[in-house]
Amino acid sequence: MAFGTSVDLTSNTGGIVTPNPFWLASAPPANSGAQIMRAFDAGWGGAVWKTLGTPIQNVSSRFGAHHFKGTRAIGFNNIELITDRPLEVNFREIAEVKKRYPKHGVIVSLMVETRDEWRDIIKRAIDAGADGLELNFGCPHGMCERGMGSAVGQEPALNEKITSWAVEFSTVPVLVKLTPNVDEINPHGLAAKRGGAHGVSLINTIKSIIGVDIDRFVPEPRVGGLSTNGGYCGAAVKPIAMHMIGCLARDPDFGLPISGIGGVANWRDAVEFILLGCSSVQVCTEVMLRGYRVVGDMIEGLTEYMRSHGFSTIEEMRGKAVPQFSEWGELDLNYETVAKIDPAKCIGCHACVVACHDGAHQCIHPAPKEAGTRVPVVDESECVGCNLCQIVCPVPDCITMAAVDNGFKPATWNEFVSEGKTLRPKKGAH
Amino acid sequence: MLAGPMVDPHKLPEDRSEAGFGDFKPALGPAQALAEANRCLYCADAPCVQKCPTGIDIPEFIRKISTGNLKGSARTILDANIFGMSCARVCPVEVLCVGGCVYNEMDAPPIAIGRLQRYATDAALAENWRYFEAGPDSGRSVGLVGGGPASLAAAHELRRRGHACTIYDAGHWLGGLNTTGVAPYKLRADDALAEVAYVLGIGGIAVESGVQVGRDVGWDALLARHDALFIGVGLGADRTLDIPGKDLAGIEGAVAFIEKFKLGRVDLAAVKRAVVVGGGNTAIDAVRELVGLGVPEVTMLYRGDEAAMSGYEHEWNAAKVEGVRALWHTQPTAYLGRGGRVAGLRCVKLGADKRPLPGEVLEVPAELVLLAIGQARLGELVAGLEGVQLEGGRIVVDADGATGHSRVFAGGDCANGGKEVVNAVAEGKRAAQAIDRALTAGASK
Repeated sequence: MAFGTSVDLTSNTGGIVTPNPFWLASAPPANSGAQIMRAFDAGWGGAVWKTLGTPIQNVSSRFGAHHFKGTRAIGFNNIELITDRPLEVNFREIAEVKKRYPKHGVIVSLMVETRDEWRDIIKRAIDAGADGLELNFGCPHGMCERGMGSAVGQEPALNEKITSWAVEFSTVPVLVKLTPNVDEINPHGLAAKRGGAHGVSLINTIKSIIGVDIDRFVPEPRVGGLSTNGGYCGAAVKPIAMHMIGCLARDPDFGLPISGIGGVANWRDAVEFILLGCSSVQVCTEVMLRGYRVVGDMIEGLTEYMRSHGFSTIEEMRGKAVPQFSEWGELDLNYETVAKIDPAKCIGCHACVVACHDGAHQCIHPAPKEAGTRVPVVDESECVGCNLCQIVCPVPDCITMAAVDNGFKPATWNEFVSEGKTLRPKKGAH
Repeated sequence: MLAGPMVDPHKLPEDRSEAGFGDFKPALGPAQALAEANRCLYCADAPCVQKCPTGIDIPEFIRKISTGNLKGSARTILDANIFGMSCARVCPVEVLCVGGCVYNEMDAPPIAIGRLQRYATDAALAENWRYFEAGPDSGRSVGLVGGGPASLAAAHELRRRGHACTIYDAGHWLGGLNTTGVAPYKLRADDALAEVAYVLGIGGIAVESGVQVGRDVGWDALLARHDALFIGVGLGADRTLDIPGKDLAGIEGAVAFIEKFKLGRVDLAAVKRAVVVGGGNTAIDAVRELVGLGVPEVTMLYRGDEAAMSGYEHEWNAAKVEGVRALWHTQPTAYLGRGGRVAGLRCVKLGADKRPLPGEVLEVPAELVLLAIGQARLGELVAGLEGVQLEGGRIVVDADGATGHSRVFAGGDCANGGKEVVNAVAEGKRAAQAIDRALTAGASK
């Protein structure tokens, strides 16, 4: 770089080293060698080859989307299965990609059943040049009914056993891809660790019905007259992914590298995932919707972020937000904020007024008529600082949530229970 | 559904001159409407609604477009304003709803409310979605004098409340200026008539066209026939200039000329230069229409300046873009003629005090001169109605449209002096509600 902090985007996920932390997830964009080479040309640092196993037969009509208020596909789902291409073709192409792109990461996703099958397919993947393996214990549709995918990911004992086979047979790092279709993610991450995994990747897709055809009375995507549950992904699942990643990242018994997946659509999402402990991020939906080219902004945005925050490596920034991911009982009940509306920025839409009145604590009111303004008035004595007004406000930085010095020392619920610390009087609780 | 010859668009001449005009603001397609509707911030207590004389719940009808509830969207509009289709096209939205849009406050393009309203109401009329039924028969009857938007809106509202209605219109076509006077690049006569037919579709509105009160029927007879009367007769003939040469051919009132080419055909082949005298919205309509009709050189001649003209700035800006030029501070003193036809105007320049500047005389050649200097008031029409007061030719009404006669109400241009269609609709509807209150309280007859 010509100026400022020198930034190195090199990523290391359990021994899988890539020139940057942006990987294609195991999915349609990573279905073939030609695609992955185009992705590497566009700037992607790694690719998780679409899951190899016994090639399957797919249905037609495989994808569905959740559109919201003019934005196409804020959520996405699919009922596509693992690769439908002959294994020898896939392995030939893996070898070709690795020959042409030796510095990029090619991680091969695998899903088979028996110990012998695992031994065989792992050998072939490594012989083809795989830099790492990803065990698909996550797919929640089609494969799980056959005892694979999330059927494995939901059973810690099975997860541990198959992971241990893979680690036994592999000479390259093994990542276990986890399913979010569980009540708590930690037992499943710990099972992968006990099996000897070098890292985990999460989340796979979430079981979903993406929509219903309201004229035909058939869920979507519609295959003839029927549909089935699909795997939900895309921007809308990002909060769920981050929660599960955060739960593993802060678990002192875990400690494995994480490749983050789930709604990563731009550099900012990637920063958030890395701050929550990820060494790399995997992207599928955003590429499916907009193409490999989105990685350019991801690389540039992450680089600028690191430079402006003084990080020279991914490792320096990784997990910076994890210690601050805490329990409700540790939150300061005496911390108080109130909404402040900037009259110079307010456009008078009253979105905050109606949201506060109907959805919060009735503390933002239209200015009195004689005031001659549409800038609403915040009754700070009633404002509980819930953030709703700031969320609905269409103008950037118009509403800020300002901390109030109420004279009370910090006190958490846990401290209140154990030490009897003094809590400030409740607001808006009448 | 009542659709007599006075509202049958198919009875209009097909070759009428207005048919050649395109839409100044073209209809939105479904994708455009959806994209625009999705931009709406769905304000609460919205400024756009406050700016609408008929109080249409604009954020609500736009949200309904965005959710695919187009039928409900049009219901929201038409429930507030049964002339929502024409108002969507003819309203000066730049100074009404769109002018109030909060996006203006963030220097972002405001929502195209008029075009979205047209999107919903065009569909309602095309599909003949009917929302409103006549109320149970009240046994009361209201006579409405004048067949424009004020009377029609009043009649529709009265029918929803079960009162029998009869409209008396002096002309042939119903719809008032919506049919005969709106610039064709906003609304054509056939669409205006289709809307009138839609409004009459509520049923129970009798129409007597070609009936002029005073000539064909007296006020006493109307008062005897009906429990209440609504007067919505609009304005009278174009004012003229009493200057030498006023009888030359080729000098016409602007409103009369517009009606002529909207309902029939005008031949302007011999007109190379046209002058419109005036600075109001009728004058601006006229110059833009003359350009649209193919007159090569069109001039607006006004005694004040650009800042003083009463026409809307956005309309005048459009006229300038279309190539109209203006002569400011100019006043005609005589028509110039050749062979019995007008050939131009002799004018004087006016000073800041509006007095002629000595020696500042100019001649403006023109083969057509349109006068858009106001219309006569029809106040004298009501001279025989006891208690009805006039002020400057306007019928004096209160906020409910009530006159000094307990059974007579009025609204629209004859009462407000000449405003927008949307004002006429609002006044007609408000008067209808007041009439309903009076009739159901048993306060009349």
